[in-house]
Amino acid sequence: MYDIESIYRAKSVADAIAALQADPSALVIAGGTDVLIKVREGKLAGCRLVSIHDLPELKGITRNENGDVEIGPLSTFRNVTFSEVIRATVPVLGEAADTAGGPQLRAAGTIGGNVCNGITSADTASTLVALDAVLRVRGPKGERDVPISEWYLGVGKVALAPYEVLVKIIIPYDNYAGYTGHYIKYAQRNAMDIATLGVSCLVKLSEDKKTVDDVSLAFGVAGPVPMRAHSAEAAVRGLPIAQAVEQIGPAALADVNPRTSWRASKEYRVQLVKELSGRALAEAARKGGAAL
Amino acid sequence: MEVGRSIFRVDAADKVTGRAKYTDDFHEGPMLVAKVLHSTIANGWVKAMDTAEAQALPGVVKVLTCFDVPDIQFPTPGHPWSVEEAHQDVSDRMLLTRRVRIYGDDIAAVVAEDAVTAERALKLIRVEYEELPPILTTEQAMAPGATPIHDEHPDNILKHTTVNVVEPGTGVKDADEVFSMPEFRHFEGHYETQQVQHCHIENPISYAYMQGERITVVSSTQIPHIVRRVIGQALGIPWGKVRVIKPYIGGGFGNKQEVLYEPLNAWLTTQVGGRCVKLDVSREETFQNTRSRHAIAIDIKAAIRDDMRIMARETKAVSNQGGYASHGHSIVANTVTGIRQLYPDAMAHRADAYTVYTNLSSPGAMRGYGIPQGDFAVECFMDDVARQMGWDPYEFRLKNIMPLGYVDPTNGITCYSTGLAECMEKGADFIGWKELREKYQNQTGPVRRGVGMAVFSYKTGVYPISLETASARMVLNQDGTLQLHLGATEIGQGGDTVFSQMAAEAVGIPTEDVHIISFQDTDVAPFDTGAYASRQTYVTGMAIKKCGGMLKEKILDYAGEMLSRDPKGLDIQGRDVVDLGSREALLPLSELAMTAFYSLDHSVHLTAECTNHCKDNTFAFGACFAEVEVDIPLGKVKVLRVVNVHDSGKLINPKLAEAQVHGGMSMGLGYALSEEMKFDPRTGRLLNGNLLDYKLPTSMDTPELTALFVETDDPSGPFGNKALGEPPAIPVAPAVRNALLQATGVAVNDLPLNPQKLVERFTAAGLIQA
Repeated sequence: MYDIESIYRAKSVADAIAALQADPSALVIAGGTDVLIKVREGKLAGCRLVSIHDLPELKGITRNENGDVEIGPLSTFRNVTFSEVIRATVPVLGEAADTAGGPQLRAAGTIGGNVCNGITSADTASTLVALDAVLRVRGPKGERDVPISEWYLGVGKVALAPYEVLVKIIIPYDNYAGYTGHYIKYAQRNAMDIATLGVSCLVKLSEDKKTVDDVSLAFGVAGPVPMRAHSAEAAVRGLPIAQAVEQIGPAALADVNPRTSWRASKEYRVQLVKELSGRALAEAARKGGAAL
Repeated sequence: MEVGRSIFRVDAADKVTGRAKYTDDFHEGPMLVAKVLHSTIANGWVKAMDTAEAQALPGVVKVLTCFDVPDIQFPTPGHPWSVEEAHQDVSDRMLLTRRVRIYGDDIAAVVAEDAVTAERALKLIRVEYEELPPILTTEQAMAPGATPIHDEHPDNILKHTTVNVVEPGTGVKDADEVFSMPEFRHFEGHYETQQVQHCHIENPISYAYMQGERITVVSSTQIPHIVRRVIGQALGIPWGKVRVIKPYIGGGFGNKQEVLYEPLNAWLTTQVGGRCVKLDVSREETFQNTRSRHAIAIDIKAAIRDDMRIMARETKAVSNQGGYASHGHSIVANTVTGIRQLYPDAMAHRADAYTVYTNLSSPGAMRGYGIPQGDFAVECFMDDVARQMGWDPYEFRLKNIMPLGYVDPTNGITCYSTGLAECMEKGADFIGWKELREKYQNQTGPVRRGVGMAVFSYKTGVYPISLETASARMVLNQDGTLQLHLGATEIGQGGDTVFSQMAAEAVGIPTEDVHIISFQDTDVAPFDTGAYASRQTYVTGMAIKKCGGMLKEKILDYAGEMLSRDPKGLDIQGRDVVDLGSREALLPLSELAMTAFYSLDHSVHLTAECTNHCKDNTFAFGACFAEVEVDIPLGKVKVLRVVNVHDSGKLINPKLAEAQVHGGMSMGLGYALSEEMKFDPRTGRLLNGNLLDYKLPTSMDTPELTALFVETDDPSGPFGNKALGEPPAIPVAPAVRNALLQATGVAVNDLPLNPQKLVERFTAAGLIQA
């Protein structure tokens, strides 16, 4: 039995926005895999909800005429993993989505929820950060695009203004074309767990597959929000792959700021950053055809 | 032969189709819902409580607090009651408590029309506390001047026992004397285990209602007859006024070998005019407020001869009991006894055991009852000594294991049968012990492999520490089948299936013709203390065998009457009465039964009922071998292969036995690698009391599990059988730890072997550059 005061099932995005305006304290619920847990824990007990769960306009994964990948935020983890578009363009995102929770959660939880909850451990977040995804939101004043680098404001806080709803996640063509990627979810269990550290690495190799032309490295749980490791990227750009693999981890220590909690110590997370960055780069490079 | 067959579980179809009924599947009309208010301090007093607002909330029926409950302290462990006061369990609990002893202690309860209303009402209760600093470690609790957690134990030590054993003929007076002898080498080790929980699928749940003056409680429990007694004690009412019903249960592993919320639930129904009240405990409450496995710190000191023989040991075990006694001292006493029994010392042994109150969530019984902790310590110690001396840990163990015919000098428990050496051999063959030990020496690089082993011994039941008694009832049906009625409980382990096989074997009919009554209702179920101590196939098995013999005799007497023959020349086979010698079928059982029921000359209902008071015990044994791969920079241990080999005597149902071993091994792997209850050192609050943060392994974390057996024929067992329920969980953690030791050379002496800890230890050992 859940302590929910009321739930309004929106008929369209406009209707959802209107419902939020009519009840400013109401919360948006999509897949429910975060909200219902918080209701059960009592944190959101007695809440009023606006459900966007049944809106077809927020579903579907397509490639537009520019080659950009457009993901409807109501796409479940499972939809993302099994999407032909994702497999053909950014398979790493589908692989990352496939590491969340277990099969039941992946059939219910949505990628939109995964970025709107603003959680650093969200399994798709570090890959979307590595891809420099763009988040299209719609509110009473219309639509605006937010680069993911400006999306995360703090723990559980994102750049959604009041009454705004995420309507599209866009991965620009230039950000994925020619890159291969790999996501490592390092957790205490192989399923049904949250990441102790998430590492997503995208790499573009030289034509002879020996040098790193470009690299993008992003972490979850290495700080309060998902983050890019810009100095590590700069340190290994242009290096031979093996050397880059060796150096990217130590270089990334300058970018991250993990903290000690009862779940894991700072020193342990630092060791994971150091070790896993190179492993993620190596695997991404292998997928790109490097002999390692 | 019905015993020894791998028949399907008798409840398999009901369970997979969802027909099997568990406590929450029953509805006694409209039910009220009870929720418990838990304290937000770990140590102190409830000074006052304001419930007016909660009571005024629409839908709230009654708010009851620690100021309302009967002034009665009662015991909670699932032990047989002792009529001698000195041997009775510790009575240190009340239904709701003003003296707060754990974070989350039960201080009030709300009964409401529904769960949401009850939850909302809890938030409206205002509590005023007088807070004391939480005492979380045994060191803090035993420090001079520490606040007593229970007034009855001013030093916070619930109990301290010392056992001194000297081998006759050695001429020494104690272990100390052996340690003063210059010819032996001395070794020492310190080991610590963590607090973990059972994680049965079904949380504790009960509902209670009154009919007239009598209270009925339906509960997910392993021990219905004991629950009845404790409800009587806790409420101060005659036990006959209490009726407890146990439906199917979703696992217990010892947590439900404890009387949990049933007495509170029984009392709550009396406070609302006997209306039905359901008390369904959440997972978080299960972690915080029900039982767990004790964290125990163990020191072992040994004097060992150069030929690998252990001459004497001194062990000390300190157990963190948390806020309430529960099973009290019996668990850590079992820990040190187990260490002693597995390798009987050639000359002498001294063991000290302490049970210490703290403000942590209280541990109690859990599969293995203190032995997994002791086995971790002693089996790590064996490898540590062997490594130091350059001995093969296999040979070192073989030299010292309990021999056939061993009699424990303190309690007389006798080794009637042992296949331990064969278990070791079989396991070593399976894993390729010699080759792998050789192969994995002197590795370098970030990823290394190792192979390790551990062995154990385990008693069967609780004799002679406690009473062992079991009763059985059999009733012949008109169609020649029989009803089997026991007080022993099916808790998921397959008890009903093997009981049915045993009954069939004893009477001589097919198992398919035995209808077991799975539910226990204390108004009608024969007396049996329940499922714990791996006792039921042994102790209840004896009762079934005896009862089956009695029924068979009555059937054959009646057959003799019908056939005008001497019953001594008759037997039962399949569905017929047969000639004892020629096996010729003489009379269908169904015809005999119909005649017995409806004969106008001699109508009799053929039934048998008996109690078997068991005054014996026997040792089961086993060995575990594990091969691991260690990713040093990540601190990750991957178990590549693991095998348990068990001597549990004759197997009643080999397939079920294998399943039992798989479950235990999986529990052992979680204990080894990931599970641990973590408490906030400032407040004593349990930090990870949920299945996300408590790292119970999933199927994705579990390697292929291999279960093998060495079937001895135990002369004391009813069918040659010995304990099997608990043992599989025992040897896995030390085997994995010893494999890790071989792989890396790093001896980790405290559980669990989780990645953060291993990264720290590998860094300290120089395997990871800081």
